[in-house]
Amino acid sequence: MRRTLRGSLVALSVSALFLTACSGGSSDGASGSQDEATKPGEKVELNFWAWAPEMDKTVEVWNESHPDIHVTVNKQDGGDPAVTKLLTATKAGSGAPDLMQAEYQALPTMVAAGALADIKGDLSGEAQGHFADGVWNAVTLGTDAVYAVPQDAAPLMFFYRSDVFDKLKIKVPTTWDEYAQAARTIHKADKKKYLGTFSANDAGLFAGLTQQNGASWWGIDGDAWSVNIDSDASRKVAQYWGGLVEEGVIDNTPMYTPGWNSALNKGTQVGWVSAVWAPGVLAGNAADTKGKWKVAPMPQWTSGANVSGSWGGSSTAVTSQSKHKAAAAEFAEWLNTSADGVKALATISNVYPADQKNTAAALTEPPAFFKDQPDFYEVAAKVAGTTAPFTYGPNTNVAYSAFNDAFGKAAQSKSAAAFTQALTTMQTQTVEDLKSSGFTTK
Amino acid sequence: MSTSTREKPSIVGSGILVVGAIYCLVPVVWVFMASSKSPSDLFSTFTYAPGGSLFDNIAELTDYRDGLFWRWMLNTGLYAGVGAALSTLVSAMAGYAMAKYRFRGRTAIFNILLAGVLVPGVVLAVPQYLLFAKLGMTNTYWSVLLPSLISPYGIYLARIYVSAAVPDEVIEAARTDGARDARVFRSVVMPMMVPGLVTIFLFQFVAIWNNFLLPYVMLGDDRLFPVTVGLSSLLNQGAQQPALYSVVVTGALLSILPLLALFLLLQRFWQVDLAAGAVKS
Repeated sequence: MRRTLRGSLVALSVSALFLTACSGGSSDGASGSQDEATKPGEKVELNFWAWAPEMDKTVEVWNESHPDIHVTVNKQDGGDPAVTKLLTATKAGSGAPDLMQAEYQALPTMVAAGALADIKGDLSGEAQGHFADGVWNAVTLGTDAVYAVPQDAAPLMFFYRSDVFDKLKIKVPTTWDEYAQAARTIHKADKKKYLGTFSANDAGLFAGLTQQNGASWWGIDGDAWSVNIDSDASRKVAQYWGGLVEEGVIDNTPMYTPGWNSALNKGTQVGWVSAVWAPGVLAGNAADTKGKWKVAPMPQWTSGANVSGSWGGSSTAVTSQSKHKAAAAEFAEWLNTSADGVKALATISNVYPADQKNTAAALTEPPAFFKDQPDFYEVAAKVAGTTAPFTYGPNTNVAYSAFNDAFGKAAQSKSAAAFTQALTTMQTQTVEDLKSSGFTTK
Repeated sequence: MSTSTREKPSIVGSGILVVGAIYCLVPVVWVFMASSKSPSDLFSTFTYAPGGSLFDNIAELTDYRDGLFWRWMLNTGLYAGVGAALSTLVSAMAGYAMAKYRFRGRTAIFNILLAGVLVPGVVLAVPQYLLFAKLGMTNTYWSVLLPSLISPYGIYLARIYVSAAVPDEVIEAARTDGARDARVFRSVVMPMMVPGLVTIFLFQFVAIWNNFLLPYVMLGDDRLFPVTVGLSSLLNQGAQQPALYSVVVTGALLSILPLLALFLLLQRFWQVDLAAGAVKS
């Protein structure tokens, strides 16, 4: 999600090099290799690329109780760099780990490159029952295969400074109209304050916002991909945020920049539409505002509705290069569905598990940064069940960088018309890339 | 330094130098100041005002994954130290051979070498990755060490230096006294090349110390990371974690200190080398 300019340049040049370097190579990495037979009593060694914090300590819990299968965590950079690395290793034919923490949005890309194994046959029949349908759909891509086990969910919620809301006597918005009204009131009372920002460097959040309104940017029908970025549902969302930016009541500073961090800490950004993992970011960036934040479900497009989107979230996938796929799948299922695994994920690695059966028991205390809101995880659990279905595509990264360019200009120009225009640009670039990469489109 | 009559320094010339010096020093000053600030002060107080949290930052950096940062420093020391030492040896041998031995294809090899000097190492990182993947050697210390051993620029410098600083007569004299090739190289040529070798060592040491792309592409295990890749991984924690800016800045400061020390220590040799080059032509 967050990347420095240098990071993206490196990623860009690396992937460009990979493309040129690999285009001549054979792609035998994807061909199904059989599990290496292990003698009874022999220890299986698995490698796990992950970036969730303290994942090595979470995995210790498994290693202590499973002497036959030992998992070693290799910590990775979050987001795209690890994906690029895995795709390169897949092309090169060696160097991939057995297990990989993969963002939902990256799964179609990895599956299309033959980097992941179908582990349907290695999972027990009970795995699916642990997850919301929308989340399970993200790891099957709507096919009969299962490419990963959902690890953490990231439902969108509305975070706000309750002290500011109390002082201005604003009710917590339940619809986007009320949100706009609250944004106006706050900005009117103090010209320096904003209820939020439209960030042109976080396509994931914008995708989640359109997801809430029923958009799904890609679709798959047999072998053919369709792209629906420029849909009515997305247009409505773009129009809405463009309007607020044009009016000047919502800021246009990108998120995760030093300026935004200090605005949170100084209290000039008093709200944030973000995902369930926001407390960690707020605690790191806005330590001075501890205890002043509260969380509420997302504002809705229709009054009384109850829908959310998601921003981020990841799964545990088994790679096609793994020589111990069954053991790897067993670990992935344990980590994400067993009471011990889910508890370790939630309390040691501090992620919000996608599992719906054991999570409530694991998360009884609110995050320290929200200590005055004891029902934090109850709100989260309620929202997590209402995530609208959404399909990512095999070139999500292309669409996301098109978003950065097109919406970056739109946000600078502060015109609502430019926002909807940017959607059209994204649509065109994404479709063109799909076609030129050789995918069947319709 | 200059032995000619003292001239009045040109205002334009000095001005350009001062601007250049400021341009180079301001970022270093920024790193020093920023690493002494607490995370909440980092972007909110005056940029060049020092803070009082340097040791807190170092402690926090040390706490990160049980002191992984210091392991990165040791790794970088290993990659740069061993890599530069071996690379210097290889350069010295190759440069000596190319300067003093006549063999078939010498000019061709030298021309290829010159072409190699022009190819930036960054371009080679991915092909090298693919080669190492074929051997199953990615994600090991070797995958970063081995590619650092061959430095076309180092070999080129060594060749130039040997032709200028080691007279044929000395080698012939050694041979007449019954020394074999290895002995000639070790006991006669190497000592005469010391200033040149220090230069090559420093160049290569700094190049490996600062190298980002090669280890970034080769390594998947963060216990093998050098400090450059490690620090960048601290910034790319994924969206769910705040970027650890102040810790990263502190790490950057600590990572340049050994380089500063090395330069101060080896500066004497470096100056000798510059002077030597100036007289010899």
